Amino acid sequence: MNCRSEVLEVTVEARQVEEAMLALLHTILLHRSTGKFHYKKEGTYSIGTVGTLDIDCDFIDFTFVRVSSEELDRVIRKAVSEFKDALSNSGSDGMGQISLEFYQKKKSRWPFSDECIPWEVWSIKVNVVNLANEQERQICREKVGEKLGEKVINVVEVINRHEYLPKMPTQSEVDNVFDTSLKDVQPYLYKITFQITDSLGTSVSTTMRRLIKDTLAL
Amino acid sequence: MDSGLSPQDKKDLDKFIKFFALKTVQVIVQARLGEKICTRSSSSPTGSDWFNLAIKDIPEVTHEAKRALAGQLPGIGRSMCVEISLKTSEGDSMELETWCLEMNEKCDKDIKVSYTVYNRLSVLLKSLLAITRVTPAYKLSRKQGHDYVILYRIYFGEVQLSGLGEGFQTVRVGVVGTPVGTVTLSCAYRTNLAFMSNRQFERSAPIMGIIVDHFVDPPYSSHRPANMGQPCNYRPPDEEDGGAFVGVQDSQEVCTTSFSTSPPSQMMHGGKEGGVVLVPAHPVHGADAHLTVEHPPITPGSMYEFNLPVSPSSGDDDSLSHSGDGRRDEGRRSASPSDPVEALNAFTRKIGAFVNKPSTQVNHTSASLDLPFAAFAPRGLDSEENDPMVQPPDSPPCPSPLQASLHSQGSEGSGPQDDFVMVDFRPAFSKDDLLPMDLGTFYREFQNPPQLASLSLHISSQSMADDLDSLPEKLAVYEKNIDEFDAFVDMLQ
Repeated sequence: MNCRSEVLEVTVEARQVEEAMLALLHTILLHRSTGKFHYKKEGTYSIGTVGTLDIDCDFIDFTFVRVSSEELDRVIRKAVSEFKDALSNSGSDGMGQISLEFYQKKKSRWPFSDECIPWEVWSIKVNVVNLANEQERQICREKVGEKLGEKVINVVEVINRHEYLPKMPTQSEVDNVFDTSLKDVQPYLYKITFQITDSLGTSVSTTMRRLIKDTLAL
Repeated sequence: MDSGLSPQDKKDLDKFIKFFALKTVQVIVQARLGEKICTRSSSSPTGSDWFNLAIKDIPEVTHEAKRALAGQLPGIGRSMCVEISLKTSEGDSMELETWCLEMNEKCDKDIKVSYTVYNRLSVLLKSLLAITRVTPAYKLSRKQGHDYVILYRIYFGEVQLSGLGEGFQTVRVGVVGTPVGTVTLSCAYRTNLAFMSNRQFERSAPIMGIIVDHFVDPPYSSHRPANMGQPCNYRPPDEEDGGAFVGVQDSQEVCTTSFSTSPPSQMMHGGKEGGVVLVPAHPVHGADAHLTVEHPPITPGSMYEFNLPVSPSSGDDDSLSHSGDGRRDEGRRSASPSDPVEALNAFTRKIGAFVNKPSTQVNHTSASLDLPFAAFAPRGLDSEENDPMVQPPDSPPCPSPLQASLHSQGSEGSGPQDDFVMVDFRPAFSKDDLLPMDLGTFYREFQNPPQLASLSLHISSQSMADDLDSLPEKLAVYEKNIDEFDAFVDMLQ
């Protein structure tokens, strides 16, 4: 089974990074979350209700819709905040990428640990720019708002192709497909990772890997 | 072609499509209310949240949607459309976008109705939630208020996109294949907002003379002017008026919320399924039911307010039919009198500066009139009764402002260019006690000075003729004195 991979690119000002990432990640998660499953006897289950919330951005002329779940919002905000800090601390160009990966767990026999098989990966490439004056910032507000709108349309287009989705699991398998830790909604199992690109255009992790390989080759 | 579809599946599918259409309308209209939407997640299913999404049902919107559908479902060639338009307080309207729920012939026979189709429709609704915040009309709707309002109109049948202007863009929200066809949801939105750039939408104070709550009719009013779209606003009703809307129980119909992980043959439907109570068909204008009900014939699809003739029969919407005439310098407050001329005379006219107005009003009671420069109007003109310019001897008495305006003259009538009356105001900082005349009077008097004599054409042409006539004489004299001239020239060399 091939993993579906989508890449979105945005160019933003430093103070817009957080909201832009939240907007896109929440839009994706809105489509990849369901209500809580309640399993009954005889193999049936019912699904809870997902509420939605409009969020206005402060630094971008944009409003996005997210799932009405404070727990989920906290988790996403934490990840985005770490990404933003890493971006600003890296100095140099301010280029980075945050990835949202949906995966399924496949139970393995002991001593092997469970396998995580991704079925959809969204990568958001971020390019941070510095602007000189207020007028440019105002234009940037509007432009980034429009760009984010285009990205939302891209996301919706991909999702509505209705390509592979994990089968609805039985009660015993639900934790292999969904994140059941939240009390009000149930997104598909996901993880968020990021990488910062240094000024040479290579990511830090690949540089480290190369160093180690070179060392071992001696 | 649903030969492969079981009766239960067919029934379920019809129900899903019907409620999907109703929920689509709710999402679109609520996104244009101008407010942020907030609904809560609930881990236990209530049985009334279709597609597992918390989307509130505004009763008025559901009622309008059901009226438009008139018991039918979106099908091939029968699309359900929600048109969003903007209307300014001056009465100008413009269509902003049209959302279309269509069905095409492409069938997906193998798809499971009560499971896959249902879930995909749920995803499509989520996509609709996201996309409704992205189109340009969203930002406009968030700023609606005094200057303009956002209206919606639901219609069923052929999609009409001509009102969106040139270069409109289309965004496809998504598609869901079903055994009877593919459901498609898309939006066509206007890109040419040039009309609006000429208007000012950033005014903070309400426009004077226009009642701002024109467009906010009580949701349960039975006399709403149905030839215009419904405003996108909603006030929660004080009381549940369930009787006003037939079939309001429909919205609480229990939806299928139980699914099964077992193979299809063992699938059960949990929860009660009430009978489908369809709204009795009220085809007003056939299947293409528009919101035109009790008014003079209107072209199908038109929802714009036009100037209805002032007649007793339109008493329902008198407050609306007179607004937006665009004549800003008249404040009209009439009810609906039957005689237009009478109506005009009954008006209290507020007159703007430099407008052709009767002199009597200008000169006599300038202080009491609402003139911008009333304070600067000359006060010392007691002799105006004797001034032949003000009251020409042959003018009849002026009983009404309308007739007086035909005979008005400026109090300072300055001659041939007096097509309009000058308001005599004092220029700033001028004093009239030192000089016999003030700066303004001086300026006007010397605006047309007499022509210089030397520049007069008549005189210059005369002198030219004289010169030509005297030329031979002069030549004769010069010839006689030629010796003297030669000696003079030699002296110079």
